[in-house]
Order: sequence, then C-alpha cells, then structure tokens
Amino acid sequence: MQRNSTLQNIDWITVILYLLLVGMGWMNIYSASLSDSAVSFTDLGNIYAKQLFFIGLSLVLIVFILAVEAKFYERFSSVIYLLALASLLGLFVFGKDINGAKSWYSFGAFGLQPSEFAKAATALALSKYLSDIQTNVRLFNHQLKAFLIIILPALFIIPQPDPGSALIFTALIFPLYREGLSFIYLLLGFIVAFLFVATLLIGAYWVAAGVAAIAVVLWIKNRKKRRNLGKYVIITGACVAFAFSVSYIFNNVFEQRHRDRFNIVLGKEVDTRGIGYNTNQSEIAIGSGGFWGKGWTKGTQTKGNFVPEQHTDYIFSTVGEEWGFLGSIIVVILFLWLIIRLLILAERQKQQFARVYGYSVAAILFFHFFVNIGMVTGLFPTVGIPLPFFSYGGSALWGFTILLFIFVKLDSSNFINR
Amino acid sequence: MRKLLLLGLTLCSGLVFAARLFYLQIYDSSFQKLSENNAIKMVYDYPERGYIFDRNGELMVANQPAYDIMVIPRNVKDLDTLAFITDMGITKEEFDRKLKKAWAYSPRIPSPFMPQLTKEEFAALQEKMYQYKGFFIQKRSLRDYQVDHSANVLGFIGEVNEAIMNRNPYYRLGDYIGMTGVEKQYEDILRGVKGVKYIQKDRFNRDIGPYKDGIFDTIPVSGRDIVLTLDAELQAYGQLLMQNKRGGIVAIEPKTGEILSLITAPSYDPDYLVGRKRSKNYTGLYNDSIAKPLFDRVLEGQYAPGSPFKALTSLIGMQEGVVTAEERISCSGAYYYGGRKPLGCHAHRSPLDMVGGIANSCNTYFCTIYRRTIEKYDSPQEGIDAWHDHLESFGLGNYMGYDLPSGRKGYIPDSGFYNRSYNYPKYRWYATATISNAIGQGEVTMTPMQMAHTAAVIANKGWFYRPHIIKQIKGVDTLPQKYTEKHYTTIDPEHFEPVIEGMFDVYNEGTAKFIQVPGIEICGKTGTAENFMRIDGEVVQLTDHSIFVAFAPKDDPKIALAVFVENGYWGSRWAGRIAGLMIEKYLRGEISRKDMEDFVINGSLEEEYAKPFSGEPFIINQ
Repeated sequence: MQRNSTLQNIDWITVILYLLLVGMGWMNIYSASLSDSAVSFTDLGNIYAKQLFFIGLSLVLIVFILAVEAKFYERFSSVIYLLALASLLGLFVFGKDINGAKSWYSFGAFGLQPSEFAKAATALALSKYLSDIQTNVRLFNHQLKAFLIIILPALFIIPQPDPGSALIFTALIFPLYREGLSFIYLLLGFIVAFLFVATLLIGAYWVAAGVAAIAVVLWIKNRKKRRNLGKYVIITGACVAFAFSVSYIFNNVFEQRHRDRFNIVLGKEVDTRGIGYNTNQSEIAIGSGGFWGKGWTKGTQTKGNFVPEQHTDYIFSTVGEEWGFLGSIIVVILFLWLIIRLLILAERQKQQFARVYGYSVAAILFFHFFVNIGMVTGLFPTVGIPLPFFSYGGSALWGFTILLFIFVKLDSSNFINR
Repeated sequence: MRKLLLLGLTLCSGLVFAARLFYLQIYDSSFQKLSENNAIKMVYDYPERGYIFDRNGELMVANQPAYDIMVIPRNVKDLDTLAFITDMGITKEEFDRKLKKAWAYSPRIPSPFMPQLTKEEFAALQEKMYQYKGFFIQKRSLRDYQVDHSANVLGFIGEVNEAIMNRNPYYRLGDYIGMTGVEKQYEDILRGVKGVKYIQKDRFNRDIGPYKDGIFDTIPVSGRDIVLTLDAELQAYGQLLMQNKRGGIVAIEPKTGEILSLITAPSYDPDYLVGRKRSKNYTGLYNDSIAKPLFDRVLEGQYAPGSPFKALTSLIGMQEGVVTAEERISCSGAYYYGGRKPLGCHAHRSPLDMVGGIANSCNTYFCTIYRRTIEKYDSPQEGIDAWHDHLESFGLGNYMGYDLPSGRKGYIPDSGFYNRSYNYPKYRWYATATISNAIGQGEVTMTPMQMAHTAAVIANKGWFYRPHIIKQIKGVDTLPQKYTEKHYTTIDPEHFEPVIEGMFDVYNEGTAKFIQVPGIEICGKTGTAENFMRIDGEVVQLTDHSIFVAFAPKDDPKIALAVFVENGYWGSRWAGRIAGLMIEKYLRGEISRKDMEDFVINGSLEEEYAKPFSGEPFIINQ
C-alpha cells in the first residue's frame, strides 16, 4: 500500500507521549498556580490560562512543522543556525533585563527566550555537518568543527548569564559518539567533571599535587616505556592548568548564588543563609506525597507556596506531592519511554541526517530530564533548567515542540522517499 | 555498542530516580511529618535605618517607632465588622476596599491594612487586636526629623510598589525604601539588611519553634549612619531668607567640592511626609503646579545663566589668546554687528579693560571677545567646538556626578546643534548668530548647581572636585574615588587672576557696591536673566530672574555659592543680598548688616508671582 500522507506516516506513539506529557504538565501548572480568586481560563493574568494559550499555539506550530517539506530542514539548517546565533547575540543589545539576566526579548506582556530555540537549530546544524559525505568524525579537524558548532551558541548563552541552558549543549556529544567519535572524548569529559568537582572540594593546589603524584606513580610503574615522558608531562600539565582555571572561574566569574549552590551539594559549607531552602522544601513536598499522593489540587505544600519556582523549574515537586510515588513513577516512565522511542526511531532512519538529528533530540531531552529531576529530588546542584513539556513557559514549550516535531516530520518522510 | 550508551544511561537514570523517589516518598516518613508541620512562617526582623548627621555632627534625621496593622486575608474569620471599623476609625467602604486590595496581593502573605499608626493609636488598639483573627500589628521604624528644612536633600522613604518589588526581590509588600534624595542615593547603606526567621507552625497554626533549628535564619545587619557635607545651621538660615520667594541657593566648599548648602524654595517640612498624613500631603504638594514645591530648582531647574557667564567668556578669550587683561575695549552704549539690531548695553565709563568689563558687566566688551574667540578659527563650527570643549572641562552641559538622584544637564551648544538649527550646509551661519552666548543669554543653560560649581572652579583658579553631599559613612574609611579625584579645566591658572579682580571690583565699585559686607572680601557677579511664559497661547515676558554667584574670602576661598531668585529683577536686589548674608553667616556665624537681613526676610515676591495668573495686564521689571 502506498503510504504518502504525513498523517499516516508519523509515529503516533511519540505524538501521544508528547500530548500526555504536555497535558499532565498543564494539570500540575494549574494546581501550582491556582489562586483563591475565581477560576478563569480566558484571563491571561492567570499562569495556567497563559500556559493553555502557549499549548494552543504549540499545536498550531506542529501543523506548520509537519506541513513543511522534510528536505527543507536539511537544506536550510545552516541558515536556521545562523539566525539562532544572531538572535542570541542580539540579546546583548536588545535583551530585556530581568533580575540582572538578559535572556529575553520582550514583546509587551510576552517574552521570548532565544536560547530555547537555539537547541533545535544547533541540533540541525550538527546533523547537517555530520551527514555531509565529506565529514569524517574520526579526523581531528572535523571533530574540531563539530565541537565549534556545539560550543558557539553555548558561549553566547553563558554571559547572559544562563549557565544552565548553556550546559545542555554538552548533550550533543552523544550523537557525536554515536557517529564514531572516540570514547576517549567521553572519558575526557568524565575526567574533566571529576577534576572540576575535586577542585571545588579540596582546592586547586591539592588537585595539582594529587595529579602529579598519580603521574609519577604511573610513570615509575611503566618504566619500560620511558619514551612517553613528554606525554606524561603534557597531560599532567593540562590537568593542573584545568584545576587552576576552574578555581579562577569559580571565584571570579561565577556569581555568589552559583557558588553557594555548588557548595551546598558538595556539603562544603554549612547552609546558614537560606540558599538550600529550595531543595529542602522540594524534598519535603515530594516526600509528603507518600505512595498515593494527596490528590490533584490538594497538595498542602503546593498550596502554601513553600517551594519557590514551583510552576517552572520545580514543577516536579507538585507531581510528587499530589500524585505520590505512583504518579511520579508514571511520569518518569513516560519520559524514559519517549527518550527510548526516539532512540529506536533514530536507529531506523535511512538518512544519516535524520539519524543524527533524532539522536540529538533524544540526548537533549535526556539531559533536561536528568538534570531537572536530579535537582528537584535533591541529588544534584540547583541548575535552573526546565523539565521538558512540564514546566511553565512559552519559549521552553515551543522550543521543545519544534525540536521534537522536526524529527517526527523527518521520520515520517522516511517511508515516502523509500 | 555505540548504539547502547545513551540507552543504558537513560535506563540507569530511571532506576536511580525510582530509587530516590522510593526513599523520599515511602521509605523515609520524616518528610510526611515535616509536611504536616510545615506551615512555615517567615518573620522579618527589620534593622534600624541609619541616622543622618550634618557636617558639624548635628543630628538631622533619626527614627521613631510606628505600628502597621497587617492582614492575612485568608485567616480573617468571624469578624465583627462593625466593632472593627469603629475601633479603626474607618468607614465600611474603606474597609471593603482595603481588604479587597489585600486579597488581590495575596491571600496568604501579610499585607499592610492600615500603615503607620502613632504610639497613642497603637496603645488603644493593642488590647483589642486578639479579637480580630487574621489581623496583627507589625512594628516598624519611621523617620523622625530633627530639622524642618532640607527636605529636597534628605528625600523621603515610602512603601515599595510592585515595580520596585519586581526589580529587586529583596523588598516585600509593606517594606520601605528611599524614594528621593539622600534616602534613595544611600538606600543600601542606610537600610542595612533585614533578618529573617523561619518559624515552624503546626496544623493548628501554633508556633512550635524555629524551623530546622534555625539553620536557614539570618541575622539582620544594621544600617550605617551617614554624615552629610551640609551645614544644618546655614540650611535653616537660607530657608528663612528664601521665604516668600521662589528660587534656590547652592553653596560649595571650593577646596573639597563639599556641598554646604542646597536650598530650593518653596519647600516643605520633611515631617510633612511622615506617617498617615503622608499620602494626603504628598498629593497636595504634587498638585501645586504653580509654586511646584517638589521641583528642586537648584538641581532640576535649567536657566540662562546671564551675566555670571561673562566670567567664562573672559577665561576662554584669554586662553585662546584673543584678548589680554590689559586691552581696553570701547563701548558706545550698544554692541553693533552685521547690520542687525544692536545688542544694548547700559551706561558706564568707556573704554574698559577686563577688570572694568567684569565689574561693569559691559555687554559690548564680552560680545567683542566672544566673537574674536569664535572667529579665530577657519570656520564657526571649529570655533564653537573649541569654545564648547573649554566649557565641557568645567563639567558644564552634563550631569555633575554629584550623589543626589535628581538633576539636569544644562546645555552648552556645539557646532552640531547650530548646523541642525540653521540647516547647514544649505544655509551658513556665523559667530554673530550665536553672539548671545557671550553674555549667557543664548542657547546656554545651566542649573543653579552648575553656577555655584563654576564659582568654586574660579575660586580654585582652574581645578575642582566633583560636588558631593556625602562627608562620611560611619564605619567606612573612604569616600568613593569619584569625589577624591582632582579635575583640571583647560584654562591656565594665571588667566583667573584678572577675572577674580573683576569679580572683586563688582563689590568695590560695580553693580554690587551697595551690598558690601564690611570686613569680608567677596568676589561676585550679578546676573539678570530674561524669561518668558506662555499665557493663553501667547508668549509674555515676565520680570527678570535675579542671579548672583560669589565666593569669599577672596584670598582663601572657603565658600562659593550661587543664589537664584525667580522674577527678582536686578541681580543685586535679591540674590546679591542673600549671597552676602549667607557668606557672612557661614564665615562669622552672625550677621552685621541687620538692615539687609530685615529687607530680605520681610520681603515677599508673592505679588510678583501672582501677576501672570491674575488675568490682568501687568508691568514687569519694577
């Protein structure tokens, strides 16, 4: 049977998972932002009404994304990427200053946060570059270019300052690895993360001493291959330099509130200044949910507004309190299912472009899910990033919708161009 | 293998989260208990706001306790509304409106219901409050003014509004913030940091002690006292002199840039805006669109400086080398140029050298040297820009950088301005088109603050510190670098000598001869500035503004000042007298010329100010 309609070919499992997550997200935003005044879905002063409006616009966006020919996304990926970079740069000039951060363009009552859209644009550009027949991920030169594509938008986002959003771009190392990047790089990533944490915990001097000691021990053990001396010195030097630069950046570039967050999770500084309050309240809210939860709109913690930012980054605490262990696990499973479904779809793509892009989407969603739930349940430091499809906010919702549905479209055209 | 890494990580993270959720929600029941107790009340501990002293250590602003009745709308239950409104002394409509407003802000967070009760009102209400669930009394501190002047400098504090709370999350509804003046400028220093205590409550809304043994609590940091450069006694005296007149006085200590006095008239008693009478009184002041008591004339008023500007014309002329102090320039009673209507002068001997020119305020003299300055250059554009750059080095035509949150730039035109005005290059313009600048009447405008600053720069012979109002922050050793950095003008020191001699002769034999203060060598310059007003769509000329700038003593200047009296006519009539009295008050502490003092204190210009609003035709410059 000839299958040539987009509607027939799109992966309905993905779409249904998306709708379920968005719907559950809205229910929780409704509960978290419900005030004692009369319920009104048309008064855009209400957060839940606004989100409903955002969801409606997302559905319109989906129609547009699916209507465009799949080839468009591949052909125009560079243009889209450059536009995204320009919109990030434009923030430095036209951005609206909210609490000292310039991450938004303001249009009257509504704002747009370009970093949310830059994720999809970067994923497209990376896919385009990797799927180029001349690109070989095993060549250092090409790796460098791929990294540049990923790092450039992150560099523009960091000084806004929005380190959380910038961090997400590191997720794109997974599609690179899938396409043949050496495992060394991932290993390097883990070493870097380890050195980072160690430096903050015990200070750059001790880390330097430790690295040097390990290097000496290894060198003595591998005495027989003395020709490697230069390598040892270079690697040791790089590690030490990294430790000191971390220490410098931490003390001079980060703001106090960022430092506090790291220090609390590392258990380094006694929390006397109310900084750990968010995480603590979030744990109480989730923990108080028990197995069955307190019921929708019945959460006392949620009602009491004890968890700051509970309709945005901390929305999962409302899930935990009102829907209990059962509901939380269901939400976690839905996320896992969506990510795994995306990975399966990515693997079955015929074109490399679609495969890399699908992998990127899965990696980005995974990173958001991982960091956000980790933060809300008190496992990681507070990094301000939203939970995809759940957290309140137009830009975030539209950014994720675009990211996801471009892939749905690419996947559906797989059948047509058989 | 490569396909499985992300898949594996995803599944692992799922397992980790499931375990964590299991631990939080099922295994560890302590959270459930915490939640039952978890009505956490945040109690704020407000530190006392810093005091404000004058330069001699006299206390100007202290604090007094005040009591706000706060309401948590959701907790209002079983209220005997009639008894309540009787106790509060409000009507049912007011009650409904206030409660509705509180609901709109938040049902759970306290908002002020009736702010700023006095001690007596508090005492009467205190014992009845227990009957009214949802209402409670919060103690705050209000300003207690020890002086009845300087409202324009001190500024006032007020409750934060939503815009401020959005901008700075430190503030919550009901908090106070400096709105104007020193209170606004030094808000962070005066305010301190409020402390917060998290109090655990149980399901019955009873306090059961600090939350988590108080590890999240913070201790308040008290505000710091500050010392201003103002001389409170001089302020009070200046305010007395300015009664029934409009205008202002600025006095600066030339050696340091410290502002000794900053008076705008009419003004108001700062106590007028404290407590519950505040909003009514503020509206009254705000709506007075004729006398404009909230308009700080010395910082925000921009006026044609008039004759005092001639001193600057002289300095620039000498620096540019187009005139020497000795050269005599003759005057035939008016300045003739380019076949236009001549610019008039008044009767005086002729010809005059520079000292005589300044002393007699000869218009012809200054127009001549101004024109030479501009025409020294190949084009009038270059000439004007050179002139503009000299004035810029005095700090004119721009914000002065002083530490008060209001002010205007004044205006010093440059070539771009005239090019636009005359549509250059289609139409050309020449030095003569800008000739009024020579005598401070053209496009040039200055604030009285800038006029006093100019006097200070002349007194110092070419250098200055930025004017400032802060003398010391208690507990902090240094002032901002901005105020300890010496600035130099583009004029060489020797050129100031003849100008100072000329200003000294203004008192000896010139326009201010009859207002000499015996024993004090004052250098000054009178000014009389034309001004206009639009009445019924028609531009009408009003009586000239009376202006005087001065510094004293001549050889070791301790005070430089500018006095400005709206519609006071001759510079010496009002402003000159006031300047002499202020100088004597500051240098000697007492007044020898009682005749002059009586004339100023008893004199009123209210009649003059009423003229344009009378609807009748009137005569100016009487």
